[in-house]
Amino acid sequence: MQDALRLLGNSPWSARLGMLVVLFYVVVAIFAPVLTPYGESEIVAAEYEPWSSEFLLGTDNLGRDMLTRLIYGARNTIGIALITTVLAFLIGCVAGFLAATLGGWADQAIGRVVDVLMAIPQLIFALLILTIVGTAIPILVVVIAVLDSTRVFRLSRAVAMNIVVMDYVEVARLRGEGLWWIMRREVLPNALPPLVAEFGLRFCFVFLLLSALSFLGLGIQPPTADWGSMVRDNATLITFGDFTPILPAASIALLTVGVNFIVDWFLHQTAGLKDE
Amino acid sequence: MTQILTMVAQRLALGLLTLFVVSLIIFLGVELLPGDLTQAILGQAATEETVAAFRRELKLDLPPHERYVAWLGGILQGDLGHSLANKRAITELMGVRLWNTLFLAFISAAVAVPLALGLGILAALYRGTPYDRAVNIVTLSSISFPEFFVAYILILVLAVQLGWFPSISNIGEELGFWERVYRSILPALTLTLVVVAHMMRMTRAAIINLMASPYIEMANLKGLPRVRIIVRHALPNALAPIINVVVINLAYLVVGVVIVEVVFVYPGLGQLLIDAVRTRDIPVVQATGLFFAAAYILLNLTADVLSILTNPRLLHPR
Repeated sequence: MQDALRLLGNSPWSARLGMLVVLFYVVVAIFAPVLTPYGESEIVAAEYEPWSSEFLLGTDNLGRDMLTRLIYGARNTIGIALITTVLAFLIGCVAGFLAATLGGWADQAIGRVVDVLMAIPQLIFALLILTIVGTAIPILVVVIAVLDSTRVFRLSRAVAMNIVVMDYVEVARLRGEGLWWIMRREVLPNALPPLVAEFGLRFCFVFLLLSALSFLGLGIQPPTADWGSMVRDNATLITFGDFTPILPAASIALLTVGVNFIVDWFLHQTAGLKDE
Repeated sequence: MTQILTMVAQRLALGLLTLFVVSLIIFLGVELLPGDLTQAILGQAATEETVAAFRRELKLDLPPHERYVAWLGGILQGDLGHSLANKRAITELMGVRLWNTLFLAFISAAVAVPLALGLGILAALYRGTPYDRAVNIVTLSSISFPEFFVAYILILVLAVQLGWFPSISNIGEELGFWERVYRSILPALTLTLVVVAHMMRMTRAAIINLMASPYIEMANLKGLPRVRIIVRHALPNALAPIINVVVINLAYLVVGVVIVEVVFVYPGLGQLLIDAVRTRDIPVVQATGLFFAAAYILLNLTADVLSILTNPRLLHPR
């Protein structure tokens, strides 16, 4: 604990800024109903009202309060992206550890499937699948998680490969421990640092992919407030010189920048990736 | 020499196999539809006769493997089938748009590649200096931006407030070359900004990785001039990673094009794909999706082959 605090004290300004940003988003997302003056999809005025004391950021294309939608957007977009990333890690890590621990044909089989999945660009693949199976949120989460787990698989397998040849894994095997026990108690704790950094990066990718899909009209569907679709719905305002529609996009950018700053610092801390 | 040829042949075979599997996935994905295509398009209310007629028209009454062979055979002969939405031939729909997309990708790459390589090499050479740190922060930030954020900022500043460029890029065949370039500047600039950051960071990492190797240190200790070290010793080995970086980013460009085209209403393939996805025009989605996937796979394949062909260790075997 003391180590962690000292590390925090030595962190560069970019990492601190990142942590501050992430903390801010988390607070906003959790306390969304308290912070917002109106309901998530409540129509409160005419379309495209300008900024005023009543509607701090004006209203959107259907007359809903922009600020309220922006705050609820934090909750929905970040929440869904987080669930997706966690699912991607569950699938990717289990597959990666399995491939490394079992080796042989299991490793080959999983590896080839992943190769093919990675050969198709994610956005195109996601568009294709969502056209066919529709865009309900659970489907969206599973599709993106499966596509993204291929990247997690690559990393977790590479890391686990170096661990399964260690003596303590050999000992555990001789002791007669099961596959699951070895993966959970021997491999996982030793593979954790690079996986934590990867989690941050993957979250950014998932978050950006999800926003891109929503922006294209295929991600999170209305009336759920979501940053990507908010930009698309109100984009016409930009041609009149109003920058309100850019705010949701800026919110996306700020969060990913924050997470990236933290990951960058974390990678410098964990050995092996220092380049200065 | 034979070793190189076998490796290249292996890569090519693997690439073709991947393409084949991808086409299989794209085609069979539709089979996952609950019910089938007809219900998805005609709706539940369609009478039995219309459904039967429609199925015959789309050849849905044939078994899947026969349809797949017919579909793939058609594509290889340049026949992509017909759109469900407007019954037009997909080749006709894709023709002009394909050139527009390639045009956009080409002018973005023409600016982005030299710029990124130059900046990346500079950052590697002046590593640890304020310039390097500033570049690190700036590129890290711009990697994190969604494409549409960059695009709308550019529209707001350069198109709406300054009025320098049009915010909508309607490109037609009747326009002259420079007029088309002028109208494509904003989408191209967006793509460039997104790709340069990636490419630059990867170039920097590749060069730094190389400069740390023992033989460079040896050359340094021998007292060779810096230019000679870089040109004669570092560059031949850096070629493979740099080519890799460039091609991977070109592949990324192919996908980034989709969102940028939608923002600027640019009449390219990406726009076509998104329109087809919205109207669930599945044959068009399959054809454009296959095209994007094929471009992506071929570019990655090129990167692999080029890095084998430029690898000094393979070119001069002991």
